[in-house]
Amino acid sequence: MTAWLSAEEWQAVRLSLDVATRSVAGSLLPAVAVAWVLTRLRFPGRALLDALVHLPLVVPPVVVGWGLLMLFGIRGPIGAPLHEWFGVRLVFTTDGAALATAVMSFPLIVRSVRLGLENVDQGLEAAARTLGAGPVDRFLTVTLPLMSPGILAGAVTAFAAGLGEFGAVITFASNIPGQTQTLPLAIYAATQTPGGEATAARLALVSFGLAVSGLLLAELIARRMHLWLGRG
Amino acid sequence: MLGVALRHRFGRDGFTIDASFKAPGDGVTALFGPSGCGKSTILAAVAGLLRPDEGRVTLDDAVLLDTARRVCLAPERRRCGVVFQEARLFPHLSVEANLRYGLKRAPHDATGPGFEAVVALLGIAQLLPRRPGRLSGGERQRVALGRALLSRPRLLLMDEPLAALDAARRAEVLPFLARLRDAARIPILYVTHALDEVDALADRLVLLEAGRVVAEGSVEDLTARTDLPLAARRDAGVLVGCTVRSVQDGLATLDFEGGTLVTTSRPGPPGTRLRARLRARDVAVATEQPRGISTQNILPVTLVAIDEGTEAGEVFLRLAAGPTTLLARITRESVARLQLRPGITVWALVKAVTFDHRVVRQVAAHTPPGRGEIPT
Repeated sequence: MTAWLSAEEWQAVRLSLDVATRSVAGSLLPAVAVAWVLTRLRFPGRALLDALVHLPLVVPPVVVGWGLLMLFGIRGPIGAPLHEWFGVRLVFTTDGAALATAVMSFPLIVRSVRLGLENVDQGLEAAARTLGAGPVDRFLTVTLPLMSPGILAGAVTAFAAGLGEFGAVITFASNIPGQTQTLPLAIYAATQTPGGEATAARLALVSFGLAVSGLLLAELIARRMHLWLGRG
Repeated sequence: MLGVALRHRFGRDGFTIDASFKAPGDGVTALFGPSGCGKSTILAAVAGLLRPDEGRVTLDDAVLLDTARRVCLAPERRRCGVVFQEARLFPHLSVEANLRYGLKRAPHDATGPGFEAVVALLGIAQLLPRRPGRLSGGERQRVALGRALLSRPRLLLMDEPLAALDAARRAEVLPFLARLRDAARIPILYVTHALDEVDALADRLVLLEAGRVVAEGSVEDLTARTDLPLAARRDAGVLVGCTVRSVQDGLATLDFEGGTLVTTSRPGPPGTRLRARLRARDVAVATEQPRGISTQNILPVTLVAIDEGTEAGEVFLRLAAGPTTLLARITRESVARLQLRPGITVWALVKAVTFDHRVVRQVAAHTPPGRGEIPT
């Protein structure tokens, strides 16, 4: 594969995989928590939280990137203390690209986890309670295993979508080869460069292949999980 | 002893439950009533799965709920084993893991039948490695019974455990329920609207109607009353405890306090204790001892009272055969024609073939497995 792709192209592919992995790893737990809160709790402001989570789906990605820049920039209300106290800088870094990707794919995971959670029969949780299982115990032994198809499907979908995140990443993290230049950014850069058509085509093909394998993998996992859960 | 007193209202001016009753230290107390009378709600409140507006639930000296003192124990701390209508087995766990789920979480000092004993009792050994999704409805319910019993509860709650099963599956599970009842040695609260389950399992009855307790007492006492909704049923009749004396040529002789009965149903070997439901509509009376009649059971009885019937033109005769009360449903016209009045001695006639297998049930406490099956 290295023979087919140039070192720079290969770097973009690896970086994309890296950014998508980090984004999913970082957003999975919060997504499960938010999905649980939105599904199971009734509180004032629930509709607001729901809207906030879904915002990245409807707002232009560039606007999300701009918003992140405002918040997490070196002088932003979150970025400034991060930089001063912990020496963490997110703008123009791989972590920043992962953050932008995570924010963009967050609603996808939340939706999928919610679907998984809504499929969990609360009667089973009630049964677990009568058998002596406390809240954490029954979440870990009953709710979590039964909603795991939704979590896995969400993670795979978010990973596949994260490979292709463009607008938010280029706005927040910029287009730095080896740092923040993921696949779609590299394709964009290639199309802007005279004679870059071949590179763009190769990377587009890789991008297409990754997306399709991601979706197939998600389907396969979902089927396995349902069998494992005795629903097959 | 389980003590329950609850008041709960659904919605602003909806259905209200206002019920209180007691259930003794062991044996089955059946909450009996039509659908929507609140019996399942009461069960959920005892389990802790529903918080009533007001109420107090005590089990021996433990207070599970006391709204006046702001005590409301979480379900996981009440140690009430619940068997739901749908088995609610965990689909991602094997039958064995399901059975052990409650056992693992039971207090270490709690006593009760062991894993092997329960598996043998319910005949589920061959199901252990399987997933619940691959079980039949009857098998699932048997596993659910075992899972509840293995959580070492102080009280077993059963919410219409047979209602979701077809007739064949019910007949399969019912004997196991009877065996579990005899093995459990803890109070069992059993919600049902099926009279044959009451006949087969219940020691005490709490009759509910529209959220209120109409009557509570022993099954024998309540079925002998004519002022309860039970009497309005066409299959109303007294439950009589009997012991099989002999079985010969397809006829079984049953002893009860106050006489003997002959039946063609196959109730089990001599010594088996069972209950016969003598339906009031199957009992006729004669003022003289009849001769030349096919009826096998002709019992001398005293007419104690003539109660109002539930249909126009009908009355209930309350008959005493020794200490046992029998009911006969006859026409008002017959009362006048035979000049029946309280105090006289009459003959009660019960055909031997009216005791079919649906009305004579095994209730022997220590019958070996296999012989306790209901004859079919």
